[in-house]
Amino acid sequence: MTDLLALSATEAKQALLDKDCSAVELTTAYLGAMEKTKSLNNYVTETAEQALAMAQQSDKNIAQDKAGLIEGLPVGVKDLFCTRSVRTTACSDILKNFVPPYESTVTDKLWQSGGVMLGKLNCDEFAMGSANETSCFGPAVNPWSGDTPLAAGGSSGGSASAVAARSALLATGTDTGGSIRQPAAFCGVVGMKPTYGRCSRWGIVAFASSLDQAGPFTRNVADSALMFSAMAGHDAKDSTSAPEALPDLDQALQAGVKGMKVGIPAEYQMDGMDAEIVSLWQQGQQWLVDAGAELVEISLPHTSYALPTYYIIAPAEASSNLARYDGVRYGVRAEESGSLDEMYEISRQAGFGDEVQRRIMIGTYALSAGYYDAYYKKAQQVRWLIRKDFEDAFAQVDTILTPATPTAAFALGQKQDDPLTMYLNDVFTVPANLAGIPGISVPAGLSQAGLPLGLQLLAGAFQEDRLYAAAACLEKQAGFSAIAPKAA
Amino acid sequence: MSVDKDTVKKIGRLARIYVPEERQEQIAGELNHILGWIEQLNEVDTADVEPLASVTGHDLPLRADAVTDGDIAEDVLQNAPQTTSNFFVVPKVVE
Repeated sequence: MTDLLALSATEAKQALLDKDCSAVELTTAYLGAMEKTKSLNNYVTETAEQALAMAQQSDKNIAQDKAGLIEGLPVGVKDLFCTRSVRTTACSDILKNFVPPYESTVTDKLWQSGGVMLGKLNCDEFAMGSANETSCFGPAVNPWSGDTPLAAGGSSGGSASAVAARSALLATGTDTGGSIRQPAAFCGVVGMKPTYGRCSRWGIVAFASSLDQAGPFTRNVADSALMFSAMAGHDAKDSTSAPEALPDLDQALQAGVKGMKVGIPAEYQMDGMDAEIVSLWQQGQQWLVDAGAELVEISLPHTSYALPTYYIIAPAEASSNLARYDGVRYGVRAEESGSLDEMYEISRQAGFGDEVQRRIMIGTYALSAGYYDAYYKKAQQVRWLIRKDFEDAFAQVDTILTPATPTAAFALGQKQDDPLTMYLNDVFTVPANLAGIPGISVPAGLSQAGLPLGLQLLAGAFQEDRLYAAAACLEKQAGFSAIAPKAA
Repeated sequence: MSVDKDTVKKIGRLARIYVPEERQEQIAGELNHILGWIEQLNEVDTADVEPLASVTGHDLPLRADAVTDGDIAEDVLQNAPQTTSNFFVVPKVVE
């Protein structure tokens, strides 16, 4: 029998339709892989029984020629998506026992399309982090680790690690400042953040509502387009959901980059950048030129202000969103509490981790009387300028090529002393969230230490077709085929 | 604009997060470190720049003011730490 874990999503879909294997066999193989890779700490809740029942239903659907877009394909779900009757914690102590009575729109769409749920995946607490180290379940481990455990990245560390470890064929993630693209780069998989509004935010635990966007983790670019098509679409339950129709992605995957203008932003060439990253970026430019694209030097003048802007806007929105965890309607309530206010204060102090408390406090301060204009309004104004930079750039070019991360995966525990060092991980990814544009991280090579490195492509709002056309080309040219040493 | 212990206490109150006395000094230091780094935004000239609150470019949609959901008290209460006959229970607020 062929190794079922070796099949990509598009290959597995074909194998299921050709009856080369059954959905139950495929799911069983993945449940075995989850068992085998348990030490990576990717899953925080496993739903094996549910997975097998869903796979049986998929086999029936296939037999009756009623197969959905991802019929029978095993999916891991970041533990930030509410799943009906399956514990959803946001990897926070404050939600440790929360069992949603409803399903998020994105996961509902995946199940309607035939997806099979394997379980819930580890992430940073409330998606706040870049190494999965703020999770109340402990960090997910990168399957590329040798003797020293490496960070899988964050916040969607479990999602990236599971896809790289082959314990999930597809996985959902969310990206507020790079939480899909950065872990994808660290783990050598494809991670895509859609245009803001493409995927409904309904039923996803909110972090920063004007930045949060769900997207797919997959092994390759074609799989990414497939899964994205199943997740995206207008939803009346999210008032910021976009009515724009999806472009033809099958066509995009075949389109090539001939005549495409690729922007190379001068400001992404930063002082002290890792030489390996610089040379990979140059290699990527050459690959696209070889395939017929034209390089255009562009300027995104406000790039260096994106991170400080983000670290006002995201905490401000978080301080408002996380006000709902009050120990009254759901979540954990502290035992020894006196008055109502004391109950709130003690429950929240006990339930939230250090980084979450830090961000709530920064956000509360930035929104408080006397400081609102100096911090929050200022950040919103700079955000306008950052978006304008991209609008000007996309008047000249079809896509922008940048590195995905400043370094390869680092050792767990290495960057914990100073929050600012951790924040700098997202320097290349944060601008896309502020501007609301789509971005994709594609594995493009290995570092000298043998760790995956990614390149990022960006496109204008609602132009995922250009993004996938360039990404498919980059993938083909890079020919990245290495498998994580700790994969199942 | 420097954050001191009293400010930390005040932010903690506003955020409804209890900050133990012995942690206040350390948190003030952390917040100052982050806010100091954020001050670089002051280099940017934003006179006449509109604050950007939403990137969607769409007006918020309206719908008919009609009930679309309900009669699910059990669902709503199922995750509450303390309930009694279809109510959430909180510490006594009024004597």
